[in-house]
Amino acid sequence: MPTNVGLDELLRLLREEDAQLVEVLPAREFEEEHLPGAININLKTLTPEACEQLDPSRPVIVYCWDDL
Amino acid sequence: MSPRAAWQLEALGFERVYDFVGGKLAWLEQGLPTVGRGPHFAVAGEIARPDVPTCHLGDTAEQIERTIAASEGSFCLVVNDESIVLGRVRRRDLPEDRSRPVESFMQWGPATVRPRETLKPLAERMHGAGVATIIVTESDGRLVGVVHRDEAERLLEERSPDPSED
Repeated sequence: MPTNVGLDELLRLLREEDAQLVEVLPAREFEEEHLPGAININLKTLTPEACEQLDPSRPVIVYCWDDL
Repeated sequence: MSPRAAWQLEALGFERVYDFVGGKLAWLEQGLPTVGRGPHFAVAGEIARPDVPTCHLGDTAEQIERTIAASEGSFCLVVNDESIVLGRVRRRDLPEDRSRPVESFMQWGPATVRPRETLKPLAERMHGAGVATIIVTESDGRLVGVVHRDEAERLLEERSPDPSED
């Protein structure tokens, strides 16, 4: 089951566990502004092929614009 | 959107999947750096100075006078133990009777803005109102810092496009 995390835990996961960040917003919004180190996989293109760029042994953190 | 993505990733076999509650907005509100081609708009959280003198209910005018004197500013914010902003005291609000508790002369519920507030219109509003500082809090009232108008205007000037580059 996915775990909800706030900013403090996100920063810890990035710092201590080499977590991977995935922005699931459309490409245009990602190109304008995204978190450092994030990759962009839009929700509609979240396929097994798109996920090949992710390391399954490391944590994956997804985010969008807000908590809606 | 991201909760669904998290579930999809888990369905695809990823075992440690996290959903960042608050998303990009929560990141930006803290003034943390971002990457991208823009447009980027300076926000209040980016420039809010956290080193604000604070005091608590029950503190006397004498204590607050010392706190303000030890700072670079001319005011002190009244907060509770959770850093929630309750009020503000300016040096000129201090009563002659320095033994009075702050709740008898503080300004309750001062105006605040959120860290994500876009800086340019904020600075313009502050300029129009003749306000030198504005308090920045989270939506729950937790103190983030104070934006100084002169610093905001300086930052905006630095980031304004250079017409000679056209």
